[in-house]
Formats: sequence, structure tokens, C-alpha cells
Amino acid sequence: MELDFQKVIDISDTPVARRAQVDAVLERARWASQAFQRYDRDMTLAIAEAVADTAYEKAAEYGEWAVRETGFGVAEHKTIKNQLTSRTLFEHYRDHDFVNPRIDRARKLVEIPRPAGVIFALAPSTNPIATVNFKVLAALLTRNAIVLSPHPAARECCTDAAHTLARAAEAAGAPSGAIQVVTDPSIPLIEAFMRSEKTNVILATGGNAMVRAAYSSSNPAIGVGPGNAPAFVDATADLRSAARHLIESKSFDNSVLCTNESMVITLAQVDADLRKALQQAGAHLCSEEETAALRGYLFHSRGFNVEAIGRDARWIAEQAGFRIKPKASVLVTPVTKIGVAEPLSKEKLCPVMGYYVARSVTQAITQARALLRMSGAGHTAVIHSRDAATAMDYAAAVESCRVVVNAPASQGASGFATHLPPTFTVGTGFFGRSAIGDNIGPKHLIQWTRLAYNKDEAEEMGDYSALGPRFSGPIPPAPADGVPGSAAAPNVTRLPRAATPVTAEERAMREDIRRIIVEELRAVLRK
Amino acid sequence: MSEAKQEFLERSKEFWNPDKTQFWQDVGVDLVIDRREEYFLYDLDGRRLIDMHLNGGTYNLGHRNAELIEVLNAGAKHFDMGNHHFPALARTALAEALAACTPPNLKYTMYGAGGAEAIDIALKSARNATGKRKIVSIIKAYHGHTGLAVKTGDERFSARFLSEDTIGEFIQVPHNDLEQMEDALRERDVAAVIMETIPATYGFPMPREGYLPAVKALCEKYGALYIADEVQTGLMRTGTMWAITRYGVEPDMIVTGKGITGGLYPISCCVASEEAGQWLKQDGFAHISTAGGAELGCVVAMKVLEILQRPTILSTVNYIADYLRAGLNEIQALYPDFFIGIRQNGLVMGLEFNDPEGAKPVMRQLYEHGVWAIFSTLDPRVLQFKPGVLASQALCEELLGYVEVAIGLAQAEVFGARQRRAG
Repeated sequence: MELDFQKVIDISDTPVARRAQVDAVLERARWASQAFQRYDRDMTLAIAEAVADTAYEKAAEYGEWAVRETGFGVAEHKTIKNQLTSRTLFEHYRDHDFVNPRIDRARKLVEIPRPAGVIFALAPSTNPIATVNFKVLAALLTRNAIVLSPHPAARECCTDAAHTLARAAEAAGAPSGAIQVVTDPSIPLIEAFMRSEKTNVILATGGNAMVRAAYSSSNPAIGVGPGNAPAFVDATADLRSAARHLIESKSFDNSVLCTNESMVITLAQVDADLRKALQQAGAHLCSEEETAALRGYLFHSRGFNVEAIGRDARWIAEQAGFRIKPKASVLVTPVTKIGVAEPLSKEKLCPVMGYYVARSVTQAITQARALLRMSGAGHTAVIHSRDAATAMDYAAAVESCRVVVNAPASQGASGFATHLPPTFTVGTGFFGRSAIGDNIGPKHLIQWTRLAYNKDEAEEMGDYSALGPRFSGPIPPAPADGVPGSAAAPNVTRLPRAATPVTAEERAMREDIRRIIVEELRAVLRK
Repeated sequence: MSEAKQEFLERSKEFWNPDKTQFWQDVGVDLVIDRREEYFLYDLDGRRLIDMHLNGGTYNLGHRNAELIEVLNAGAKHFDMGNHHFPALARTALAEALAACTPPNLKYTMYGAGGAEAIDIALKSARNATGKRKIVSIIKAYHGHTGLAVKTGDERFSARFLSEDTIGEFIQVPHNDLEQMEDALRERDVAAVIMETIPATYGFPMPREGYLPAVKALCEKYGALYIADEVQTGLMRTGTMWAITRYGVEPDMIVTGKGITGGLYPISCCVASEEAGQWLKQDGFAHISTAGGAELGCVVAMKVLEILQRPTILSTVNYIADYLRAGLNEIQALYPDFFIGIRQNGLVMGLEFNDPEGAKPVMRQLYEHGVWAIFSTLDPRVLQFKPGVLASQALCEELLGYVEVAIGLAQAEVFGARQRRAG
């Protein structure tokens, strides 16, 4: 009887109920973001650091959980990604100032950072925790509130991680609700979040449909689409090093990163040596029959076989009907065509890498363009070469916002093995029908109000050196008259640091610490 | 004022309530509420007002809350008021939901159609359970206008109808005065003490720390029941479902009304302990109410309770309370001679002004600036300031802007008039 009654009045699956749910979460986020804007840089950094530390401590636990829940990838590699997107990321941005105004006396400009407000962020199933870490830290560093929406396949680990980070943030003094998570994501609910006028910006990482939906929402969106990176190895390349980078990158986390190499493109004169080097680095070079079997297994009429996403090379080979040596970590499939006639020239989120031999540099560049025309425009391209002129020709021709040189693409495009800004959201720019072509970072989550003086030299600029927004800190709790113990001081476990200027020595020491951490992590990555 | 409104007001005077209609014209509030949504009222002439009155918390979740309308419509496809004699699905379901969100000693729900009816049920139940007749309430208390409830309140509402207590059964003692409370209970002839946890119509004077638990202890000592009138203070308005639990008291009965059905399908509830509700086992037909606990109202009330227990609510309520308080503190610093006090527990707020009728000019100035907040009938120095639990940041910010301007103008009005009198 009770069940019948509940059913009669159940409105949970109506647009009205979804709208109410969305409003409640986003309005709480709005409150949090407005409170956050009262915080100064020291408090902001203290919160971001506490969250980065927590994410770092939990890197392995959530790495394993993500693999267990989604079936994608390699736990140890996810652990590394979770570490990179926690402490490494924080260390990278520690000295960036997203809080205080900057003064440009020469141009008589004062620029005041203005946080976006409420960020609605999607996290994909392939890189769930790394994306959560990355987006949360980017939001906190810029004093924004964030609402995370995990991919349903990674819902549990993402929800738990988001709650853990939210607790750490609040314990460090962050406004309540600065980090929230959608615990029951569904397509209509996500669309309602994206369409809400209470969302200030959408950070969309995920499948093409979701990214397009973000852009169609009528709200500002930063969307990043799929990758399909061509990796050109020319005749001047250090072949051993190139092969090592290719295999290391392609096998990392079983290739679930969209920055992974999709197709090696090389030249006839180094073909034989490169094949040898690839084999030595851990590639299984597929025969024509094996390539045909993989083609059949990985691609069917509906597209890529999702069962293969993030699986290891051996498992995939077995599914395709052949066996490989235990230590082989990447299946290299030679192809003779790039384009619609060759399914293997599409994105493959698994350790299967195409291999194409071009007759000339010009042809190689043409084929690289063709590959990105298939999918992955704007995302990532790679070149292994010691010839700057070739690299220039290649980079100026391919429709990619970044070309990684002599480095593994998965760590290079995301800025962990290059000097690009570290990110887990790679902007695909106009090529990829996106607003931004940079590596997405905190700077994309603020805009600047600019005080612009009259150019006329007679007009003098005021002195802004001691001025700035009034950072009044957390809103003090209102008293509840007569309630025992009401209006106690806010429960901040970590006091804001004193706003003393950083000395040159301290700066040098921090630089050293950061360098050491980054070196260590890179060493781990190279193993 | 438009001609249409003028004509309407004439009809209102002729057929509805001549004095009340005229009163509002006299105090400068020519409001005729037409359209309403969220926390906004629209006057017949189109002006928008932020509703900070909420009819005593009736519109806690906003006017015509979309989810409540949805659930009411869904409910109306299946239910009507129901038959009060029979076990009823929606009534029982709501009673269960209330038992789950009230203190553990409370169990049964007895239903009325409006708050005062539930108060009468509570008082009758207390008399039945204790075998005593006397009822103690607070001077200037307000519990509604029905037969027993009106006797617990100020004579302003009973004497005109020759309905005040004449045989000494209804005793009133000053708020926050434990000595007089004990004197009233000492004879062990009191059935119940009934109190609004924070007396609304009296301008939200706040209970002193320890006062309410001490009253409860006195009730236990002298064999009286404690009835918490939570019509205006319940339903998360103080950051807990019921304000009384925040003060550390487990009452014998909780009465709720108004906001429990969001202003869409009125019902009221008295949630009682096993002891207080014992007549329900003796003779369940002893009290009857056809509209009490109408099942459509129960359907709406269950949604209200569900909304109020969502994880985002507490955080939002705290933000609203803290943010408005911080803003009010700043405004108070601008007008310290006139704006002399802020009484607050969560979203239950009273603003106190330095004039016997000080809240009235503030009310009028606020009205001019697009905010509707009402003075306290029984203490017109105090303006009732009652934001809803879903108020947005933008709304609160806008509101504070108007409040600052209105208080400044009201101060000029009041102090200017004083100067003129002195001159």
C-alpha cells in the first residue's frame, strides 16, 4: 500500500523536480562563490594547498578505485596522474596571483581579477579522479565554486573524491558548498545544470555529444573534444628515444588519455630502424593478419568497441585472436591508408597505435592533416625530429593547438613533460570547435576588470600600490540568540598565513622543492 | 493608484473587511496582491515587492513553489480531502514522516485545517492527558483565534468577541521570567505551558539562554505538558527542523501549520507524545475535523518536509542568516541612534527601532522601495524580517540595498517629527 502511495505522488522524474534540484545546488554554489571572493590570496592558497595535499595522499586509493569501477586503465598510472594533478599542479601555480590586482603603470591600467562564480564541470570516465583534482584546484585557486558532474561509469569514485576534497577544503576554511558533486548524474539532469542561468561557465571534458551539448546550452562553455594525435618521426629523429617516448606514452594508463599518440607517421628511409627501435621499446608489431583482426575487433558498424577502452595490449590481442609476448605493451598496426577507408586511423583509447610510412616529408604532413580531419582536430600532434625547419613546417600545417616535440605526447601535451601549462583539459581551439586553444588552467576561470586611464599624458595615473578589494574573509556566523554556544568562531583548522612578502631565499627554496618534486614524478613516469 | 485598484478597494470595503482595508490605506500601504512567484509579490498595479513577511513563514519555500504545485497536481489526480473517519494513506504517510523528523518522543500526528485548530487540539489533548484545566502562556502570546487558542493570547483579540478567559483557566506570565513561570505552575493544576519558541507577533523577543530548558524542567517538576508552537519557528527557519530542539528541549507536543503546506493547500499538525496523545487510544472519535489533515494537504506537506531535509538547505540557510546579519550590522552602524537592535535566530529576525511605533515608518519606506515586511502587531517598535529558506544571494544583496535606504529615510522621518514637536 505504501509503495502505491509513494508512486502516485512521485514527481522526482519531472522537469520541475530536476530544475529544483539544480537550483538548490547552484544557488548554494553561488553563495559559496560570493563568500569566497572575500578571501585574500593567503587564505586562498592555504585552502588550495590543503586540498592538493589531501588529493595527493588519496592518489593511490582513488587510482585503484577508478580502475575497479570503470575497468579502464592501470592503477599505478592513475596514481601518478592523481599525484600530478594534486601537488604538482599546486606547486606550479603557487606563485601565480589570481587574487590581487595588477598594476601596469606604463599603460596606465589596473586589472582586478574577477572569478567566474559557479563552474559546472564534467569529469569523464577515462580520467575521472585526475580531472576532478584538476578542475577542483583550478576553481579553488581562482576563488570559484565548482559543481562536479561525474560520468555515470565513474560516479562512485568521483563522488567520494569530491566529498573528500570538499571536506578538506572546508576544514581549511573554504566556504561551505565551494565544492559540490552531482551524486545522481543523468542526461536530463546534466542538461538542466548546463542550461541553468545560475551556471556561469561549463568546463566540459568528455564525449563529443556532451561537449556539443555544453556549447549549445546558451551558457559560456569551455569544451574539449577528442584527440587523435599524429606522431611524425622524421629522418633526423633519435629513433631510440622517439620509440621509447612513443611506447611509454601510448602504454601509459592503457592509453585512455586523449593526448596519446594515435598514429606514427614516418619516412621510408628510417622505417626499418624505427620498427626495430619500437620493438625494443616494447611494441608488438602486428602482421597484416593481426592488423586485420584488430581492425575487425576494435571497429564495428556503430564505431569504436568500448569494451576495449583502457584495456591492456595482451587482453586486446587475445580478444582479436592472437597472442603476444608478455612484455609487449603496445600493439603497432602498420596501415597503408589514412582516412575514412581505414578505421584504424580513428581515435583509439587503448594501446593500439597505427603506423604509416610516407614517401616524403610533404606527404607525411599531408597524412597528419588527414588524420586530424578524421577526428581530434585542435587537440594534439607530435613530432620527433632534430630539424627545426621540419618541425616548423609540420606545426604550421597540422590543425592542432599544440605540437609536442621529442617527448611523450600524453605527458607532453598536458604540460607535465613540457613547459606547457599543466592540465587535464586540453583546449582544442577553433580547429576543434572550441572557444579556447590553450591548455585550460585557472586563468580561464577568471576575467579582469580593467581600470583604463586616459592616454593623454596630462592625465596622471593614481597610486594603486596599496589598494585592492577589501578581503574581509569568511562571513562571520550570525548569532542565534539564546542558543547555547551560538555564533562560535568559524572552525578553521589551518590559520591563514601571515601576509608577509616572500623573500628571495624562500622563493629560491620553493623553486628547488618544486623542481625536485617535478623531477621525481617525471622519473616515475619514465619507468 | 489606478482606477481599477481604487474600485476594487471600494468593493473590498463593502463586502470583505472595511476596517482592515482602510487601515492599510491609512498607513500608506496600498497593496493589493495580484500575481506572486518565488519571493516576489506583484501589486495589482504591477509593482514588484520582495516578500519579507511570508505570512509568518507560510511562503518559506517561496510563493507557488514549482515542486509543490507539481506534487499538488499529481496528488489531485488521485486524492481529495479524504474521509476523516477512515484510515487514510496520505494522512498516515505524513504522520510517519513527521514522527521521523521530530524529537524521538513524539509519535502521533493530530490534524487541523489551520494553525489555531491544531493549537486547540494540543490544549484539549493536554487537558485529557493530565486531567487538569489550566493553561499557561506568555504575556502578549499569540497562538491564533479559535476557541481555546484565542484565550492564550492577548485580549486585543478576544475581548472584542467577549471570548477572553473569565474563570482563571488561562494564566499569562512574562517572557523570560522563570520565577513567575514557577509561581504559575506551583499548584500542580496546570495542564500545559504553551509557548511559541520565539514569539513572532510580539516582535521575536529571544529566549534567554537556558530559559526554555528551565521552563520544560518546571513542567516536569509540576506535572504539566510543554507545547511548542512552532508554526513560525519550525521548518528549518532557524537552521534546524524545529527551533525548540536547538534550545535543547524535547517538548510533549509540537504544533506546525502555515509553511507546512507552502501556502497551497492548508493543513496543520499537532505532533504528540504517546502520553499527550493518549485520547487517541481511549476514544478516537472524540475530536473530529473534516478538513483537518486533508489528504491533498498531506501530499504537499510531505514534499515540503522532503525539500527541507535536502543536504543543501542547511548550508543555504546559514548563508542567508550570516550574510543578512553582516549587512544589517553595517546598516546599524550607519543609524545607531534609530536602528537599535537585531534579534536573530537563523532566518527569524526582528529589527528594533528607537521609537514606540518605529517599525511602521520603516515598513512604509520599505514598501516604497519594493520590500514588504510587517511590523509586530504586539510590539510595533520591531519589524519582522523574515527571508525564506531558498532566498538567493542576488535577492539578499538587493534587499540589503533597499533596507539601508529605507531605514535612513525612516530615521529622518521619525527624528524630524520629534524635532518639530520639540521646536
